Formats: sequence, structure tokens, C-alpha cells
Amino acid sequence: MSRVVTLKINDQDVSGREDETILELARENGIFVPTLCHLEGLSDIGACRLCLIEIKGVPKLMPACVVRAQEGMEVYTESERLKKYRRMVIELLFVEGNHVCSVCVSNGHCELQYLAQKLGVDHIRLEYRSPKREVDASHERFVLDHNRCILCTRCVRVCGEVEGAHTWDLLGRGIQSRVITDLNQPWGDAESCTSCGKCVQVCPTGALTAKGKAVGEMTKHQGFLTTLALMRENDR
Amino acid sequence: MIAEELPKIAAQEQEDQLQFKHHIFVCSGTACVSAHSDQIQAALEKDIEERGLGHVCSITGGGCRGLCASGPMVSVEPQGILYQGVKVEDSAEILDSLNSQPVKRLECSTEAPFFSRQKKIVLEYAGKLDPERIEAYIAAGGYTALLKVLTEMTPQQVIEQITRSGLRGRGGAGYPTGLKWSTVAKAQGEHKYVICNGDEGDPGAFMDRSVMEDYPFKILEGMTIAAYAVGADQGYVYVRAEYPLAVKRLKAAIRQAQKNNLLGNNIGGTTFNFQIDVRLGAGAFVCGEETALIASIEGKRGTPRPRPPYPAEHGLWGCPTLINNVESYANITPIIRNGTDWYTAIGTEKSKGTKVFSLTGTINNTGLIEVPMGISLREIIFDIGGGIPNGKHFKAVQTGGPSGGCIPEQYLDISVDYDSLLHLGTYMGSGGMIVMDETSCMVDVARYFMEFCMSESCGKCVPCRVGTAQMYDLLNKITKGEASLDDLAMLEELAEMVKSTSLCGLGQGAPTPVQSTLRYFRDEYLAHIVDKVCPAGVCKIYHHAEVFS
Ligand SMILES: Cc1cc2nc3c(=O)[nH]c(=O)nc-3n(C[C@H](O)[C@H](O)[C@H](O)COP(=O)(O)O)c2cc1C
Ligand code: SF4
Ligand code: FES
Repeated sequence: MSRVVTLKINDQDVSGREDETILELARENGIFVPTLCHLEGLSDIGACRLCLIEIKGVPKLMPACVVRAQEGMEVYTESERLKKYRRMVIELLFVEGNHVCSVCVSNGHCELQYLAQKLGVDHIRLEYRSPKREVDASHERFVLDHNRCILCTRCVRVCGEVEGAHTWDLLGRGIQSRVITDLNQPWGDAESCTSCGKCVQVCPTGALTAKGKAVGEMTKHQGFLTTLALMRENDR
Repeated sequence: MIAEELPKIAAQEQEDQLQFKHHIFVCSGTACVSAHSDQIQAALEKDIEERGLGHVCSITGGGCRGLCASGPMVSVEPQGILYQGVKVEDSAEILDSLNSQPVKRLECSTEAPFFSRQKKIVLEYAGKLDPERIEAYIAAGGYTALLKVLTEMTPQQVIEQITRSGLRGRGGAGYPTGLKWSTVAKAQGEHKYVICNGDEGDPGAFMDRSVMEDYPFKILEGMTIAAYAVGADQGYVYVRAEYPLAVKRLKAAIRQAQKNNLLGNNIGGTTFNFQIDVRLGAGAFVCGEETALIASIEGKRGTPRPRPPYPAEHGLWGCPTLINNVESYANITPIIRNGTDWYTAIGTEKSKGTKVFSLTGTINNTGLIEVPMGISLREIIFDIGGGIPNGKHFKAVQTGGPSGGCIPEQYLDISVDYDSLLHLGTYMGSGGMIVMDETSCMVDVARYFMEFCMSESCGKCVPCRVGTAQMYDLLNKITKGEASLDDLAMLEELAEMVKSTSLCGLGQGAPTPVQSTLRYFRDEYLAHIVDKVCPAGVCKIYHHAEVFS
């Protein structure tokens, strides 16, 4: 059993268990912390760096999605420095791919777009990379548009950890990284794919969508993940 | 084998050696082999045979002498003669001279500062030890430390001795080795692992390669002592596949150690069991980062994960894992054999012992050196390194590889230790030292390292994946004379952000070359941006007039 501890987030006293993350505690207490790679029900990888927080006595910034509660911890989530870094992460994501909201099926339902608005990213100061990227429409029901992929790897994790198919993975490294299906085959030829559609639902942007949607029509439903996670926990 | 047998093996080997009047060692390090030292050894062997000298003169491969640029190196012991730049044709002349005067033309003075200013602990017996035979290692005192540890010391005492020695990790960050060992020893786990990090990915670095090639037994012995101290039963040496000779020697050493009961079950007749296997890396720089390295051994994609939990608690297959650098392990046996008082007398207050550096760039004596901590950069570059060739002027020295910075002339007299280097905005790193003269453009240097980090970024976290690419583009723009002062401001903002927000040391260190060159050579950036000229004449900056004329 985990111990119960008390700590401070933005000078507010909160209580939690030692196995809970700072992100969970913040949300429980109505404190907003932006996230992109995190999704409840999937493992946490600390990759997008949006949820970085300051902890008193710790020289480095830490991701709230992986750091666990400790007795007496003093956490700050809203310093000017953190806010600036978060805006820059969003900026970097915008210049990395080709994100054109006005023609996107996910317009209005996109987590990247939402966070940009919420964090006050109203213009981009960096140079757009405008990479040449492909669209894979070989699957009979779904589409993968690499232009809109932010490499959060939620699809990779939901497919491996929840569906158990492990159709998705990553290829290449650095700025050349991209998601692939099976052994870098067209999605339609990926034999391991069960066409369950979980990847489409967890994708935060319009990179993975259902076919036949017009601009702004693609809405996503992620509630199934928490239900599944809960059911599995009860099973154990 | 039991403890009593070790001196017998040593005595037998020493006796065997005494039969020979001369021992010829031909350097079998990668640099000399690539200069065909293997053919020289073959020629010498053939001539010895033809002359019927087989009973008076032995010939074996030996370790690196450090003066790699002057190779191939051949030495004749016990006369202490060192030859440089030897060719296959020189074989006869070398043999002719065995009983008379050395071949003047090839002789390399071992009194030169290059040799006399060094202090060899990691590279002890440099050049005079056959790296492929365990008997040679045992005759030179090998494995006495392990047997002493197994039969006379408790794990706790071993950790105490390493802690008191003040040894700090040689993989870059300088984390206290004793503290790491004691954390792993205290961690709970059914299994524990010991890993040797031989990934060595810094461009221009070859210290760990040399140590693995020349002293494979010393590393195995150090790891075995570590395993006893922390309670591990399995070890891995992680070596990049680009180091085939190191891999071959390590594998051969493991087999010989097993055969002699110095690895495996009941080591040295005690109840201690420990195995070591070699794991090959595919050469990604990021796989030197400890959590990525562990993922790679597990057969996963080599990407880092956030710490804590640290490997000491949650490492390979989720078990407590000790991970140290090659050179860190190579320091263990000397410390056990000679004691902490001897070790702490070398180095500075907070950085004990020696450090191996690979000296490269525009310097006369390119090669491998080992110096006591606290030595000045001036001594390394001008005494040991022999200064700058072609009458050129020293400009800066880069330490710490792609995560390090450069040090300009005015700091040449600082002491080389972990803390002083950090203070100057660079760091010790694993021991790469790149010397630059006035023909180097510092913006171009920064661009080179940024390109390296960009292409070696694993792509997991956003700041490093995209930030390094953006910074590279900006640096490119500056070197082409197309950047504005706003671009420079953006570069500095990005550098600060990528450093503070990246997940692992690769991203956190990637901005250092930029920040460091900006700190000492800002005027060069401004020359490119404002005056549109490259002061060193390295960058090609085209002016409109030239383009349209
Ligand atoms: C990008 C990156 C590359 C690294 N490469 C190496 C390496 O090649 N060899 C090494 O020993 N340590 C390397 N390290 C440091 C290791 O993560 C680790 O700290 C070290 O192996 C610990 O050993 P030590 O305590 O003996 O220094 C690297 C770290 C980073 C962030
Ligand atoms: S800092 Fe770079 S290398 Fe390290 S995890 Fe992030 S992307 Fe990968
Ligand atoms: S949500 Fe924590 S790093 Fe992405």
C-alpha cells in the first residue's frame, strides 16, 4: 500500500498517495497543467515536455506526468519561465509539420489547436520547416496524414498496451522520425492491424482520422480508455 | 582456480618470459593496425623464424603507446627502445640491431615530455602487455585485486574503499562512483546487473576504444569487483559494433577468464558467481545515455526515459543496475591494489586520479594521453601535445564533445578537473579534446556540433527533436551571411529553452557549443551577421555583387 502524503502545488496544500503523479494531483485539485503525450489509461513517457513543472530544491524541470508525489514537496506549475517554454514547445510543433487548421477535418476538435489558444500562442516566430510528407489512405476505414503528426506516440502505445496488436511503431530518429505500421508497409497491408480504431480515437490531431469526414467533422472519443483501464484493474 | 594458483601462473609466465633476451611489441591498436602494423608483425615473425631467433626473441602485439599519429609503433623490451613510423621493410634492420645500437632513424625518445609528463594508471603497462593472453595479464599483477576482494574483503569494505578513493565517473558527469555502488548495493532486487558503458559516441574520441582493446582483462576484473560489491550476478559490456577489435578482444578475454575460473561459478574457488556477456550497439550516440543503453540491451528502440527512477533502482529488466564507464572500471583494480592513500595523492581536492584524453585537431602529437587531474591545459597542449603545427596560433580547445564547450587562450592555465571546466561553461565529458588554431571558425564549429546533435537526436522529445533542427538552420544561415540580429536572439532563446526542457543529456547538452562559442567568440558571430564576413575565412559568404557579376 502506498503512503498518503501532503505537499504543496502553487502554495496550495494538497494530499495524495505516493504512487500518484503530480499531474493527477493537480487535475484533482483543479490546477491546469497542459499535456499532449499523456493520456489517461496509457503509460507515460514524458516526451512532449508541456507538463514541465518546477520543484523546490530540484535544479531541473520535471514532467508532471511522471513525477510522483513526495511528502513535503513544493511544486510550481505556472511560472513565467514555464509558460514561455510551453508556448515554445507548441511553436516548435507547429513549424515541424504542416498544420493548416482551416482545411483540417479535426479543426475545432484538435488538442494542439486547443492548447495553442489556451497557452496564448497567437503567432509563430520560427521558420516553418514545411517538410514534404505523405498521406497513407490505404486502410479501408482510416487515414494517416503524416503532415499533422506530432509524434506523441499515443497510437503506438494504445495499439501495443491496450489493443495488444503492436501495429504501430516508430522509424528513423530525430527530425526524420515518423510513425509506421507493421514493417513500414502501407496501413492497408498491415496484417497485424485489427481495424479497432483505437489509434484514431487517441490521436490528438487530425493525423489519424476516419475516412469520409469534411473539415471540422472529425470528433474523437477517448472515454473508452479509462473504462478499459478501470476494468482491467478490477480484474487483477 | 583457487587463490593460491594465481602466483603460480604468474611465476610460470615470468619464467617463460625470462627465456627471451628480447621482447618485441608491435602496437596492435586500431590506429597502428590501420597503418598496417599487423603486416609489420608478420614480417618480423617471419624474419625471426628465418634467422632462428625464436628462442631468444619473443614477438607479440602490444597496447597503444599513445602517439598514434607517429605509428606504427614497435618497442623492444627490456631495453626500452621505441620505434615510430615503422615500415615492413624495416624488419631486418630492427633485428640486426637487437644486440647493438638501436636503429637511429626510427627511434622515438621516451624521455620526451609526451611521455614524461603523463601519469599512467588506466593505461599502466602501456604497450608492454599482450592484450590477448590472460597469463600475460596475470604475470603483470592482474587478478590479484579480485582475489584480494573475494577472500579478504566484505562488499561493504570494497564500497568504502572506492568511496574513500574519491573516484568519479569517467563517462562525463563525474558522479561519485562509490556513492553509485552503495546505492545499487542497498537497492532491493532478486537479480542485479552490472553494465560497462563502452558506447563512446563523441566525435573524435577513442579513449574507451583503446582501453577496451588493450586492457580487456582489466575491465572484466573491475566489473567483477563491482559485481561482488553490489551483489550482481550478471554483467554486460555494451560496445559499439564499429569497434570490432575491442569486441574480439573482450570476447576472447571473457572465454579465457571463464576457463581460468575468474568468471562464471565459484570464482577463484569462492561462492561468488558472476557472468559477463558482450552486447553490441548499432552506433547511435544516444545509446550511450544510460537509460537508452539499457533499453537497447533489452532489445527495444534505444531511446532514453525520464529519470528518476534511476537505473540503480530500476534498471535492466526493471532490476537494480550499476552502470559505469569503461575508464571508471579500469580505475578499480589499481585502487584496490595500491590503496586509497596512493590514489587520493593524485589529482585535485575534488577530482582524484587521472583522466585519459584523446588529443586531436591541429596539434603536433595527436594521440592518447593520460594525465593527472589538475594539470593545466597549457601543459597538455604545449608540453605533451607538442603545440600547434605549421607555426599557427592556438585559438581554442573543445572538451566534452557535442555537449561540451570551448576554452579560449586566456584560460589555458586553468586546472583540468570537473569543477573548473564546469565553471568555464564546458565540461570534462568522456575525454575528447579537440585543439583548434586560427584557421577554425567558431560559428562553423558550433554548426558542426549542432548538426551532429540534430542527426543523433532520438526524436522522442519535442525540444531536442525540433529545437536542434531549428538551431542548426539558424547557424547555417549565420555562416552563409544571411542572418539578422533577430536570428541571433532567436538562436539564444532556443538554446536556453532546449537546454532546460529536453528529456535527456543529449538535448540538454546540445546548446552548449553554441552558448560557449557565443560567450567567448561573440564577435565572430557578429562579423558574420553584421559585416557579412567570416574572420577565419572558413565560411563561404557570397555578396550580391559577386553573385550577379
Ligand atoms: C547523449 C549521451 C551520450 C552518452 N554517451 C556515453 C558514452 O558513450 N560512454 C559513457 O560511458 N557514458 C556516456 N554517457 C553517460 C552515461 O549516461 C552514464 O552517465 C555513464 O555511463 C555513467 O558512468 P560513470 O558514472 O562511470 O561516468 C552519455 C550520456 C548522454 C546523455
Ligand atoms: S533530448 Fe533528444 S535524445 Fe534525449 S530523449 Fe529528447 S529527443 Fe531523445
Ligand atoms: S504530458 Fe508530460 S511530457 Fe508530455
